[in-house]
Amino acid sequence: MAKKSTETLVGVFVLLGIIALAFLALKAANLASFSAAKTYTVRARFDNIGGLKKNAPVRSAGVSVGQVTSITLDKNTYQGLVIMKINDTVKFPVDSSAKILTAGLLGDQYIGIEPGADDKNLADGDLIKQTQSAVVLENLIGQLIFNKAADAGSSNTPAPAPGASLAPAPAAPAAASGPKK
Amino acid sequence: MIAFVNSLGQATLRAFAALGHAAYFSVDLARYTPSSLRRFGLVIDQIHAIGYRSLTIILASGFAVGCVLALQMYYALVPFGAAESLGLVVNLSLVRELGPVVTALLFAGRAGTALTAEIGLMKAGEQLSAMELMAVDPRSRVLAPRFLAGIVSMPILAILYSAIGILGAWLIAVELIGVDPANFWSIMQSKVDITRDVGNGIVKSFVFGVICTGVALYQGYETQATPEGVAYATTRTVVFSSLAVLAMDFILTAMMFSTS
Repeated sequence: MAKKSTETLVGVFVLLGIIALAFLALKAANLASFSAAKTYTVRARFDNIGGLKKNAPVRSAGVSVGQVTSITLDKNTYQGLVIMKINDTVKFPVDSSAKILTAGLLGDQYIGIEPGADDKNLADGDLIKQTQSAVVLENLIGQLIFNKAADAGSSNTPAPAPGASLAPAPAAPAAASGPKK
Repeated sequence: MIAFVNSLGQATLRAFAALGHAAYFSVDLARYTPSSLRRFGLVIDQIHAIGYRSLTIILASGFAVGCVLALQMYYALVPFGAAESLGLVVNLSLVRELGPVVTALLFAGRAGTALTAEIGLMKAGEQLSAMELMAVDPRSRVLAPRFLAGIVSMPILAILYSAIGILGAWLIAVELIGVDPANFWSIMQSKVDITRDVGNGIVKSFVFGVICTGVALYQGYETQATPEGVAYATTRTVVFSSLAVLAMDFILTAMMFSTS
């Protein structure tokens, strides 16, 4: 009898180990994203997905409503095709828009969905047509430097070729630098 | 001066002799371990004594470490607006390092000392000699099942340690602090790799299981058959296996995670 109970306890011990391993593998690592909640998939095309990754959250008004399941390059349009799954309990109108946003300054990127006003809701497999790409910091900085250079160029010397297209530029920095002082 | 050099040389020779002896012992242990599969009942008994009985300390410690880690990391991450990465930080530190290492250190203290003392007292009581007289090799009857049980138990304990630690972190982060639960899990799932992180952690704990159990058995088997000898051997078990685990952890970490 004592022998039997020892074996039972060891069985419990091993079982606990297996449960813990399953927990680590399924819930705390990337083996599979099991979720009991029912979901429907929605697609969206972005010109630039930035640093968006698989399994990134999908949020609406900051509340997490789903997850990105795959990211591929659309071979026809050369856009990033993002497939995401959204909880079945949350329905969005068909004219909703999707944005790639960043959580905090250094945080991960996620997809934010802003609901539209249409009566019909997005169904399984639908495409979100209005999208806004991720903000790429390098592009922003490049634009800023380009603008600065153009400003400097247009104030010092008679406008070089690109200066012509930036004719309203002097007015904008003046307005921008106004509140700084 | 001559005496000093003399003693230095003798100490070095003794150290080499001990190392060689330990190597012989390890080879013996490895050779006898498969035979213990035929007496699986003994292994079950030992897993009960070594593994199951260590559950309380392992679970309590894992839970506490997970909670504390979550609290401390929260204060470090909040200034960067990255509080949601809390789960990831806790998960990686537990699965990769703290789980295997702390489990091995606790295991050396909880189970290793018990093994050493048990076998040391068997030797002091001349039970091992009695077995040899009955043509039963104590290495295959006494040592091998304990060795196998230690190797089996350590990874299970380490996994449990990590799992309960993550649950503790979840309790603090999500229930107490109010981190978004969906992000807590999804950031973890997107960054933690099952083979690289969880798998390597298990490999580590397996190696530590070999080290801790091997050291404990060696110290018990080679102890001087006196009360002081057993006490001394028990102390050495903890010191040697802890140092060996910490050193080995550095080597394993350098091998596993440096090139990723």
